[in-house]
Amino acid sequence: MTELVLTPSQTSGPLFGFCLLFDGSDRAVPHDAGDDPAPVTLAGTVVDGGGNPFGLPRGLIEVWHGRQWARARTDADGRFRVYLSRPEPGRAPDGQFLAPYFNVAVFGVGLLKQRITRVYFPDEPEANQKDAVLRLVPEEDRGKLTGTLDHDGTLHFRIVLQGPGETPTFGW
Amino acid sequence: MTTQVEPLDFNPPYLYPDYRSTTVAAPSRPSVMLPRDWFEFGEGPAFGRIPVRPGDNDLVNGNGGRPQGQRVVLSGRVLDADGRPAPDVLIEIWQANASGRYVDSVDLQFQPADPYFVGAGRTLTDSLGRFSFRTIRPGAYAGLRGGEFRPSHIHVSVFGWSLSTRLITQCYFEGDPLISRDAIAQSVGDPRGLDRLIAKLDFDANEPGDLDCALAYHWDIVLRGPRATPTEAAR
Repeated sequence: MTELVLTPSQTSGPLFGFCLLFDGSDRAVPHDAGDDPAPVTLAGTVVDGGGNPFGLPRGLIEVWHGRQWARARTDADGRFRVYLSRPEPGRAPDGQFLAPYFNVAVFGVGLLKQRITRVYFPDEPEANQKDAVLRLVPEEDRGKLTGTLDHDGTLHFRIVLQGPGETPTFGW
Repeated sequence: MTTQVEPLDFNPPYLYPDYRSTTVAAPSRPSVMLPRDWFEFGEGPAFGRIPVRPGDNDLVNGNGGRPQGQRVVLSGRVLDADGRPAPDVLIEIWQANASGRYVDSVDLQFQPADPYFVGAGRTLTDSLGRFSFRTIRPGAYAGLRGGEFRPSHIHVSVFGWSLSTRLITQCYFEGDPLISRDAIAQSVGDPRGLDRLIAKLDFDANEPGDLDCALAYHWDIVLRGPRATPTEAAR
């Protein structure tokens, strides 16, 4: 048997929009509309290592949780907005507790492979305390994975790709 | 006689200075490592959300005329990390036209447009993991920085059955001398990894017949992680 080689990642480049973005790609439709939890707008900002916006046309964002998924491009100021519903707490495959969160993947110019990070809810301090993933993050970095909520339920999240304040990246 | 062997992983690093944009985008700190299977559970993504219609894998026809360029059929299989065919995987592709221009709104629009070519396609793998696109060979084009010249490439986005299988990559064409001078391609340090990104001419599979027939290229995609069986997925 020959060795099986995984397909390596490559950058998305800057010119993906005409294929990957479509009407409604920034909006996750709940699979089970009957039990629909509260809607959440995730409003993110992505900043590069020079302190500049990771802005149009550099950034492609995907946000996931369970069956929820949304995709957007960063604007000139490095901002993006996606519309989802509030996730429930869950369990890792080994049974450990997971607080509500969204996976956030950043692709784009200068990213030969995606950066995977997570955003947590600031109004879930007890759940976040027990979260199996946050416990693996150095304590001083956990706050960088917690968004801020404004009065209309928008969850704001700042992603720093490099340098002081760098947002933790997850891998396996 | 399936032998369980760990597949070879030649993913590029975050920081690869020859591709200069990485110097402001690469993390300066190591990743927080999670158990691998935490990325391998859960529902697949969002298929229903991304519309795939019959004919979406044909980039040559359907735009009101005959696009310029060499017709190409790019086909292959999607496999999981155990080498098993992966059905129902969503593949999205995008590419430049024959002169190197993209339809995307942020393209610099230096190269000429082709009114009969868009360059975006989608398909789902069949029950044997197979896919096929009919397109034209994209033009190689110069980069913004002096001395850069990208080889012919098709951008490929793959959605498998879990977060671990999410992949965006590029497909190159066998024999293109620009591959050896391209920083993005060369960021894959091991020749075996780079070889995985290069579609091979499959001359015997060329479309038979008339003047419009396409050159056939074969390209397989191997995703991270074993594919859950339906039983496992239902747990």
